[in-house]
Amino acid sequence: MKRQLLLGLILTAAAGVAASAETAPADVAYEDGAVAQSLSGAAGNPEEGAKVISTRSLGNCVACHAITAMPSAAFQGNIGPSLDGVAGRWDEAGLRGIVSDAKMTFDGTMMPSFYKTGPYIRPGDAFTGKAAEGELPPLLSAQQIEDVVAYLMTLKE
Amino acid sequence: MKFRALASTCAIVAFAGVAANADPADDTLVINGEIPIVTHTDAAPPYIEGLTEQYSGWHFREADTRAMEQDDFDNPGMLGVEAAAANWNEVDGTAGKACASCHEAPESMAGVRTQMPKYSEAKGTMMTLEMYINECRTERMGAEAWGWDDAAMVNMTALISSVSRGLPMNVAVDGPAAPYWEQGKEMYYTRYGQLELSCANCHEDNYGNYIRADHLSQGQINGFPVYRLKDAKLSSIHNRFKGCVRDTRAETFKPGSPEFIALEVYVASRGNGLSVESPSIRN
Ligand code: HEC
Ligand code: HEC
Repeated sequence: MKRQLLLGLILTAAAGVAASAETAPADVAYEDGAVAQSLSGAAGNPEEGAKVISTRSLGNCVACHAITAMPSAAFQGNIGPSLDGVAGRWDEAGLRGIVSDAKMTFDGTMMPSFYKTGPYIRPGDAFTGKAAEGELPPLLSAQQIEDVVAYLMTLKE
Repeated sequence: MKFRALASTCAIVAFAGVAANADPADDTLVINGEIPIVTHTDAAPPYIEGLTEQYSGWHFREADTRAMEQDDFDNPGMLGVEAAAANWNEVDGTAGKACASCHEAPESMAGVRTQMPKYSEAKGTMMTLEMYINECRTERMGAEAWGWDDAAMVNMTALISSVSRGLPMNVAVDGPAAPYWEQGKEMYYTRYGQLELSCANCHEDNYGNYIRADHLSQGQINGFPVYRLKDAKLSSIHNRFKGCVRDTRAETFKPGSPEFIALEVYVASRGNGLSVESPSIRN
């Protein structure tokens, strides 16, 4: 019994080490809203980022933002500013900060925080309307954030 | 070079097109050529700080959807009203009574919807139209209560609302209603769920804007129950609240819950002055 417990602890520690290149949502260091380091420790892939941005079940950024370079994403919203030329307005660290937790840059903004685990008021299990069980994973993974940032960096005027 | 200039002009035109459509439609609603409906006012009630004018959700729907509401023969929500009208005369329950036994014609209900939800002194609680209907069924007819979203219930609320069409919404916000109104207001500005969105984020700050394909309205309830083309049936106020809270990735509340009753009091008051419009048509 005791041995099993110990083994469990060792495994947990090992998992911690394996993921150490990744920054956990609670450990992200924001400096004036910006985040200097890659959250996953790896570079982003702009093509994957484009998918995250346009897919309803992932980032669904186009629900609120228009992107002219992405005509295949139908019905782009206009709640937030158009993202055309956004790489000219923000550097990579600024964009990483906005996509991870826009409230660190824009106080009280309507934009959801994509790399955060709470606290939330009445957190739900995705779109089921049921209560979430346990702590929710962030809306996007560290690598998905990096992919999105890499795509946004291509949006130069 | 020439091609690029042309392409960017096209882009500008296309964009301007979207922006123009984003405004609430400049249009007026008269039902059956005889019931003028106030769908827009230049001033919200003084206790609604966040709104300078009021719009019915009707203004945010496409022209063909708006047109369906101009004539009862084109309004599929009227089928529910007709079903309820038949029900109105049908005896149900141990007391051997129908609605008509006590209330004569449905037209006797004119004005009732404008004040809902309304505090019941007898019950000592805030009551919605659904609750008044069930009170009659269980206490005066000896019939079974209907579920909040049963077709019979939603149809009956549509019938009772329809005879108030054109009359201004006028729910009380003071006296015994005050604590419910305060609770509802607090909920309206609470950012629920993993997306951390409040009713006000979508329906106060962004009405007229698009969230993906959806043209955001003020989330008024003067048109409820609404016939939703997407569901091909009438839908209750609380059913719509449930969906909107769910869409914030939150644990939603139940239709008929104390929370949604309070929220209904507050949201109804945001529409005080707009005409009762139900059954209306929405996507
Ligand atoms: C529910 C609406 C909403 C969603 C969804 C959303 N945003 Fe935003 N976003 C906003 C708003 C509103 C602003 C403007 C900031 C402010 O003043 O509140 C903004 C600002 C931004 C900015 C700064 C733009 C500039 O020109 O300064 C970037 C970059 C951005 N968002 C990227 C994204 C990405 C990437 C996603 C998806 C992963 C996303 N947004 C999803 C609402 C949203
Ligand atoms: C993420 C955005 C969003 C949030 C948050 C939201 N709604 Fe909605 N709501 C919508 C959309 C989209 C529609 C359909 C288009 C429309 O009528 O605005 C809608 C429709 C409605 C309608 C129907 C209006 C009509 O005329 O048919 C009501 C009522 C409503 N919402 C109330 C609420 C309330 C109350 C809350 C908060 C508990 C809320 N909504 C939160 C997006 C939202």
